[in-house]
Amino acid sequence: MLDGTDLIYAYDGSFEGLMCCVFESYQRKEIPNIIRPPSVQETLFDRAKWIETDEQKADRVYNSIPMKISSQAQELVKLGFLTCDPHKEVLIFRFLRLGFKHGGKVMMMLTDDTVSSLQKAVRHLTSECHKFKGFVRFSVYGEALVAVIEPKNYVLPLLSPHFCDRYRNDRFMIYDKTHGMALIFQSQKAELIFVEELTLPDVDSAELEYRRLWKQFYKTIAIEGRNNPRCRMTFMPKRYWNQMTEFDEIVGLAQWQVGETGAKEPQTSLCTLDAQSTYKISPD
Amino acid sequence: MIIDVYNKLTILSDSAKYDVACTSSGVDRKGKFGSIGSAAKAGICHSFSADGRCISLLKVLMTNVCIFDCKYCVNRVSNDIVRVAFTPHELAELTINFYRRNYIEGLFLSSGVIKSPNHTTEQLIKALELLRSVYHFNGYIHVKAIPGADSELITRLGLLADRMSINIELPSQESLTLLAPNKTKESILRPMGLITAKIQENCTDLVKYRHASKFVPAGQSTQLIVGATPDTDHKILTLTEGLYKKYHLKRVFFSAYMPVAENSLLPSMDTKPPLLREHRLYQADWLLRFYGFEAKELLDEQNPNFNLQVDPKCNWALNHLEKFPLEINKAPFEMLLRVPGIGVTSAQRILTARRSGPIDFSGLKKIGVVLKRAQYFITCKGKIIDGLKVTSDGTIRALMADQYKLPSPYPEQLSFFNEPLITREDVQQCLTGQI
Ligand code: SF4
Repeated sequence: MLDGTDLIYAYDGSFEGLMCCVFESYQRKEIPNIIRPPSVQETLFDRAKWIETDEQKADRVYNSIPMKISSQAQELVKLGFLTCDPHKEVLIFRFLRLGFKHGGKVMMMLTDDTVSSLQKAVRHLTSECHKFKGFVRFSVYGEALVAVIEPKNYVLPLLSPHFCDRYRNDRFMIYDKTHGMALIFQSQKAELIFVEELTLPDVDSAELEYRRLWKQFYKTIAIEGRNNPRCRMTFMPKRYWNQMTEFDEIVGLAQWQVGETGAKEPQTSLCTLDAQSTYKISPD
Repeated sequence: MIIDVYNKLTILSDSAKYDVACTSSGVDRKGKFGSIGSAAKAGICHSFSADGRCISLLKVLMTNVCIFDCKYCVNRVSNDIVRVAFTPHELAELTINFYRRNYIEGLFLSSGVIKSPNHTTEQLIKALELLRSVYHFNGYIHVKAIPGADSELITRLGLLADRMSINIELPSQESLTLLAPNKTKESILRPMGLITAKIQENCTDLVKYRHASKFVPAGQSTQLIVGATPDTDHKILTLTEGLYKKYHLKRVFFSAYMPVAENSLLPSMDTKPPLLREHRLYQADWLLRFYGFEAKELLDEQNPNFNLQVDPKCNWALNHLEKFPLEINKAPFEMLLRVPGIGVTSAQRILTARRSGPIDFSGLKKIGVVLKRAQYFITCKGKIIDGLKVTSDGTIRALMADQYKLPSPYPEQLSFFNEPLITREDVQQCLTGQI
């Protein structure tokens, strides 16, 4: 077996693609030490090996996980792929090699570097997701609710069941500015789509009034004699504030100015989410 | 009109803020077609206020009109303040509109006593009925039971809410007589007992008839004020333990007394709220509920108050050094829980990791054990950590002191962000807590 000191795999950035990297490694009896998605620039001298995505190979790897390791391991791998860990590909790859070797026991190897790092990355994801269940702020545009988030991890797939269940009679969109994706829920159907940028119309007076009421409640409910900004910061770090109604004056960034870096032309209406012209969709 | 609501909201949330309970935990409920809302067992914090406390529920009073004269309360009848009341309609609109924007997880409705305890309870029922059946609100509701209200009314109220609470506030009958002349132990404990009985009755009903309506499915809680009276921590903690055992309460909350009135019976207006003491009580409460401790192990007549330098668990360990050091690879779960620096999650992880092989100190670190604290109390494979020199108990005590770090007023929030074991279910529900 090659020791793979210099071996680099490049793949298309999809989950299936990553599974194919695992397939390739077993087939060729080689171990890459870097697995690179397209978003990462290649350096001048590296000669990465391109791994073609093949549904069948991907399925074979993916389906063998619950059989050879465990369904918890499969879940962990799926979640691992949503994390923002810069080395998530290699972590998942090493975790699977370890799992195929040790079987279900791998989930108990909490003192192993790969296992503990992957679990840690996934905990970061699930804890960020939990925070966003509370920190997402919708604005009402006509019949639709729209929120913008800037998460580190790709939390939308995990947020989807929660919000779709809770607002099952509503139409809503959560736009993930970091990943350029949006979760859209209407007529009982949820969809994840690419959205390059989002420009929202002005909000109406009722929306402004409820924001004002909420901000007043937020201020009033704090007990002055117990002021503790450090504690607040621990639970709700500043990076979340940008998109939260209660801080729009403090941060100086109103929710409805999302598209500030994007299209400046005034958009007509986002009251109907089905009008595709209101946000740009690039099938990237 | 809407200006009016703004002012009402200001007044009625301002006078509700001393009720510290803001959790939305205890019940999982899926959304319903035709309704808005759901509930998540772990609870969800929607924001944190400047005092670092979690904001989960729209916490307001129905009205701040009150015929009672509790000395420690801003709403007492003898206090000269503006009195207002929400109409059920205003309250419902506010709740639904906040909820749709995901500002809140639900409503925490309390009230001053208007006309009589029964009349007040009827008002609360009216408001919640409107919210539940006309506005189809399926989110979390925490409602206060009014001391002295009839059982039949309390029962009706409980069928509309997820959690109910009745605040004891003062931990002894003497303090109650002195500071809350209109309340008696009986008027508080009777409804509390009724709620406990109804919850249990309801559990059997639910087994028998699947469609029986749920009576406060998220359980019951209460609050005790700390520092308004000379009652000791020992008294407070023993009472707390009794409430968990006898009334099966889900939570007992502690609220450091904030002076709101000049009264010779109360601490003076410039008294600082005893936040650290409150924090110690929360830590001890945590030990009772999740760590298998009993109140009498933590405090007794000779040592009736918590050590402010060292947390209660550590204090216990330092007083029981004969039980340590503990071998990490052998110790039972209950003992692992007693090691400072090892929490419930790390103890569970240690058990898991042990099944795949022996653990050493670097492994413990990866598991999430706070070695800085735990190192004095443990061995790994029979060895103590490299380079550790312990000269006397006094040294450890000094090293373990947490130097008056001003803590979070809500230690239970920590559990939301503690790292849980990932199970399939956790992942699906995206829970990061395990209350
Ligand atoms: S009954 Fe409640 S609102 Fe009224 S004075 Fe007493 S504590 Fe305050």
